[in-house]
Amino acid sequence: MSSTDAGKQPAGRPILQVQGVDAFYGHIQALHGVSLDVHYGEIVTMIGANGAGKSTLMMTIFGHPRARNGRIIFDGWDITDEPTHHIARRGISLVPEGRRIFQRMTVLENLQLGAELAPDSHFDEDLAFVYSLFPVLQKRQNQRAGTLSGGEQQMLAIGRALMGKPRFLMLDEPSLGLAPLLVQQVFDALRQLNEEHNMTIFLVEQNAWHALRLAHRAYVLVNGRVTMSGTGKELLEKEEVRAAYLGGGH
Amino acid sequence: MEYFLQQLINGLTLGSIYGLIAIGYTMVYGIIGMINFAHGDIFMIGAFVSLIVFLIVIGLGVTWIPLVLLIVLLVAMLVTSAYGWTVERLAYRPLRGSFRLAPLITAIGMSIFLQNYVQIAQGARVKSLPPVITGGYTLMEVDGFTVQISNIQIIIMIVTVVLMAIFAYIIARTPLGRAQRATEQDAVMASLLGINVDRTISLTFVIGAALASVAGLMFVLYYGVIDFYIGFIAGIKAFTAAVLGGIGSLPGAMLGGLIIGLIETFWSAYFSIEYKDVAAFSILAIVLIFLPSGLLGKPSVEKV
Ligand SMILES: Nc1ncnc2c1ncn2[C@@H]1O[C@H](COP(=O)(O)OP(=O)(O)OP(=O)(O)O)[C@@H](O)[C@H]1O
Ligand SMILES: [Mg+2]
Repeated sequence: MSSTDAGKQPAGRPILQVQGVDAFYGHIQALHGVSLDVHYGEIVTMIGANGAGKSTLMMTIFGHPRARNGRIIFDGWDITDEPTHHIARRGISLVPEGRRIFQRMTVLENLQLGAELAPDSHFDEDLAFVYSLFPVLQKRQNQRAGTLSGGEQQMLAIGRALMGKPRFLMLDEPSLGLAPLLVQQVFDALRQLNEEHNMTIFLVEQNAWHALRLAHRAYVLVNGRVTMSGTGKELLEKEEVRAAYLGGGH
Repeated sequence: MEYFLQQLINGLTLGSIYGLIAIGYTMVYGIIGMINFAHGDIFMIGAFVSLIVFLIVIGLGVTWIPLVLLIVLLVAMLVTSAYGWTVERLAYRPLRGSFRLAPLITAIGMSIFLQNYVQIAQGARVKSLPPVITGGYTLMEVDGFTVQISNIQIIIMIVTVVLMAIFAYIIARTPLGRAQRATEQDAVMASLLGINVDRTISLTFVIGAALASVAGLMFVLYYGVIDFYIGFIAGIKAFTAAVLGGIGSLPGAMLGGLIIGLIETFWSAYFSIEYKDVAAFSILAIVLIFLPSGLLGKPSVEKV
């Protein structure tokens, strides 16, 4: 059985707390008083329609754009106004929307950049781990990243995020552009990271079906506001969720 | 033929100096997408600091020239780097994210300020340094015409090659170089990976200034006279070199520097010394019209 049963849900001590956060692009308000918690050891997902503000929320946690009101607490520290690179150094990695790999650098250099924060002594071990998840990256390690296929670039973006040995991994639509078999592989890898390496994961997905089955808990974002939350299972069973995000078909 | 060879040597020497300055333009453009209009004056500061430190060190009774040169080199790099760092802090960082022309205006302001400041502090007349490195080799002699390479020319070329090698290594192989290239491509993503983008940009200005200071030192040693205005002329030529090579491209900057140095030297040798500066400007205009991305530059439209 692949879905996570609620009984395994880890004890709730928050690693990330988002409290009443507003975010703006110029005059356009993208987030309206968003609040949510992610606990140590959890997989939490956020689903929402295009333009709901999911990517904005992830970037706001890193200060791009800055939260205008409200607070963001990571691991007990108020990071609302910290410089972006300090936030990263607290052990958060993001696989951002659109991958944003460094096109004119090699695959290996991209992974090295991801490891900038991890101690050098771990490098070989971490690289081996990423290569075991995505063997194709090893074959392409000296190739310019911009020449990888879309799916390979997605794998590189995930691998790069893992190289930083994050305690908290955020992924913005990691399955986008991947073949179904690979989507399964990525989700299996996330589950493995969570269960075996105790990594806390916060996930935004188009693929709500996969995400809700994987996640311990989930939030629904509508027009920049959190409208619903619950365990993955609960949301999967809700009629509104099925109608809006699962195409009603499942 | 002998005359040609002699001009070739002279041109390569001059081109080395331009190339070292051009690197500063191209690096800063690469990382923040803007021209550092005060960079020529940073070179001028480097030349003045070199000359002053030289006179001080000699005055203190140090006479072993290699030691003197080493001290001058280190102090000039240090002091000039501080100027480069300051330019970034005052003229660029506060205006990052404001409209594109704003930092250009402040940088031109910095440039004018540096020129006036040196003019007031050091006087408007040329300053000179007696020849320190003398001697050379005669490579060939035909019909009474000799082809010579002087020791100072040899030193300039060797120093340039060594610096370029160190520099290329830093960019290609070290974490700092990777951080610079990453910042250049996507600064926000770089910061998401924990790279301190502000520090990386500062270091880019500092490295550019350090290379310009070496160019300044070599300029003083080669020509023996400087004034507060050399930064403007040399700056324009080095900028032309960077554009010709393809702005943003490091090998391009060096190549462009050599080409500009050669053109200027041959122009003076075969046509007229009067218009040698015009040659550089004409090339700049022609390159901008017909070859906007330069010899080794990447095309400006890139697949994202
Ligand atoms: N850089 C920007 N400048 C201005 N508005 C923006 C910018 N980025 C996003 N927005 C706006 O903010 C809102 C939220 O966008 P966001 O990218 O967070 O949505 P999303 O939930 O990630 O959507 P998708 O599922 O399509 O990725 C949208 O209305 C969008 O138009
Ligand atoms: Mg998005």
